[in-house]
Formats: sequence, structure tokens, C-alpha cells
Amino acid sequence: MIKMQKLKHKTGIQIDLISSQKMDELTTMEKIRMILDGVRSDKIVILETGLSPDEESKLIEVTMSEINPDGFTGIEIETHLPSTPSGSAFINKLMGRRTPSKLTVIGPANRIETLHKDEKLITTFISQS
Amino acid sequence: MMGLLKQLRDSISRATDKLFSGSKPKRIGIYGPPNAGKTTLANRIARDWTGDIVGTESKVPHETRRARRKENIEIERDGKIVTIDIVDTPGVTTKIDYREFLDFGMSKKDAIRRSREATEGVAEAMHWLREDIDGVIYVLDSTQDPFTQVNTMLIGIIESRKLPVLIFANKIDLKKSDPTLIEQSFPQHKTVPLSALEGENMDEVYDKIADYFG
Repeated sequence: MIKMQKLKHKTGIQIDLISSQKMDELTTMEKIRMILDGVRSDKIVILETGLSPDEESKLIEVTMSEINPDGFTGIEIETHLPSTPSGSAFINKLMGRRTPSKLTVIGPANRIETLHKDEKLITTFISQS
Repeated sequence: MMGLLKQLRDSISRATDKLFSGSKPKRIGIYGPPNAGKTTLANRIARDWTGDIVGTESKVPHETRRARRKENIEIERDGKIVTIDIVDTPGVTTKIDYREFLDFGMSKKDAIRRSREATEGVAEAMHWLREDIDGVIYVLDSTQDPFTQVNTMLIGIIESRKLPVLIFANKIDLKKSDPTLIEQSFPQHKTVPLSALEGENMDEVYDKIADYFG
């Protein structure tokens, strides 16, 4: 309780880093809910392994349904997919290894802005409300 | 007289081809970010082959807020007819702020209504992609950086659904256009440069549509 009060007086940005283990325990809708609840509370959510294409598609759809004037304006999302040497994807599949994790950063659209993005570097600017 | 006979023979052959082909026209979704020129392209294709148009074009983002279908577009390539339905979809994004529309001289009320319709349109576009599309034409503005999260995500979603996809690098009539940047960003897919507005390189556009979706 004391800790909560102390935090209230601090200005800053809360970042939630969600492990791949935590993500594996959740259903698609639970993942989307966790992300959007976090972002709507002005947090930056970082996913260690990201979402599947189908989950990304549903995230866009649910985000759209929650946008409202003078309130939530949507999300900014950036994903970093590590480059893999050619042929390694096939070898990973053969060895039963998971697809490479794609580090994903999600935040409120009005707080987070991508300044630069290429295959090796993503530069993001996070503003305080 | 010979011309009339040839026209009659061609239309009978087209009708029998259609009757016995046994397959429905493929539904080709025109996808991409807002203001890439999707409706301009849909109108160009529809006008070239049916004389009709699909929707209203505008410089204001999110002019298309409902998916619109134009059915039975017959594209003739090398004496063969390829019949497709095109679905012009709203531009996909992860954020919409009504205040952006105020810069285009809209009233607050109109801007709020437009943003509400736009959010519904994006959700509808995603739904079409998951359920009802057989192939995708992904339209990008070749004057803009293509390496954005929305583009990467959408191309990933399309690939995961194993849909055939063609990337169209639009607006090559503009000075800042750089279609090679699009090619380099998505080397796994065929990129076709074009100007839907000016009708540049449309022969290659139709060749590739027939190849990929015929």
C-alpha cells in the first residue's frame, strides 16, 4: 500500500515485460485483453515472443472496436524479428524447435512514436502523458 | 459482317467457357494502408473492363469505410478470359484519431462520425481477410517508406493464410516514387510498379493478375 502511494507521486512510464512462458499459458483473447488493458492504462507492453499472425489480426480488430473519441485512439506496435541464417528455419522445423521469437513492443498510439525502423534497429520515442 | 460474326463467336465461347469452367470467380481483396490508392486502382480495373467504377476516391484518409465488391470482372489476356470479383477494402491501421480529419476542414461532428465508421471499416477488412478472400493485391504508395509495422504485419497475416499475393507499387507518376524500396522490403513477393491514376504499366498489372489469380 505504501509502495503504491509512493508510485503515485512519481511520474514515469510503466513497462510490462511479458515472458514467453506467460504467453503460452494464455488463450488468444486473454493475450489480447492483457495487452489492451495494459495499453489503455498507459503502460508499454513488451512481449518476449510476440503474437501469431492470426492473433495480430484479431488484435487489430479488437483495438478498432475499442477506439473512442477523446479517449483511446489505438495502439502503436513494433516487432523485431531476428534475422536467421538461410536454411535455419528449415533446420529448426526439422529439430522441432519453436519459430524464432519476435520481440514486440506495444503502447498507446498517442504516447509512442517510431522514429526509425530497419531490420537491425528500431528507435522508439515514448512521451509522458 | 465478319466482325459481327467474330464478336458473336467470341461471346458464345466466353459464355460456354464460364458455364463449363465449374468454378466461381475468385474474390481478390485490394488491401493496404490508408491513402495508398486502393480505390483508384479498383476503379481503374473496373472502368477498364466493365466501364463502371467501384467507389469514391479522395485525398482525405479513410474515404473507403466499407468493403465494396465489384463482381464478374472479365480480364482478357492472350485470348483467355480470367473472371474475378474485386473487393476494395478500407485502409488498415492500428490507430485512428478523429482530430486528424479536422485538418481537412471537417467539423468535429463529421470527423467523429468518420473516425467511428473508419474503425468499423478496418475491423470489416480484417474479417474479410480471415474469411472470404481468395487472393490479395497489396497496394503501397511508392513515395512512402514501405517498411512499416502495419505492412509487415498484414503481409505476415496474408502469408499465414497461404493466399496468393501481388504487391503493387502505386503512384509511380510522382517524383518521389521509389518502387525498388518496396521490392527490397518484400523480396519474397512479386512487385509491380504502376500508376493507377494515370494508367501507367496497366498491361503488366493485368498480365500478373491473370497469372496469379486466373
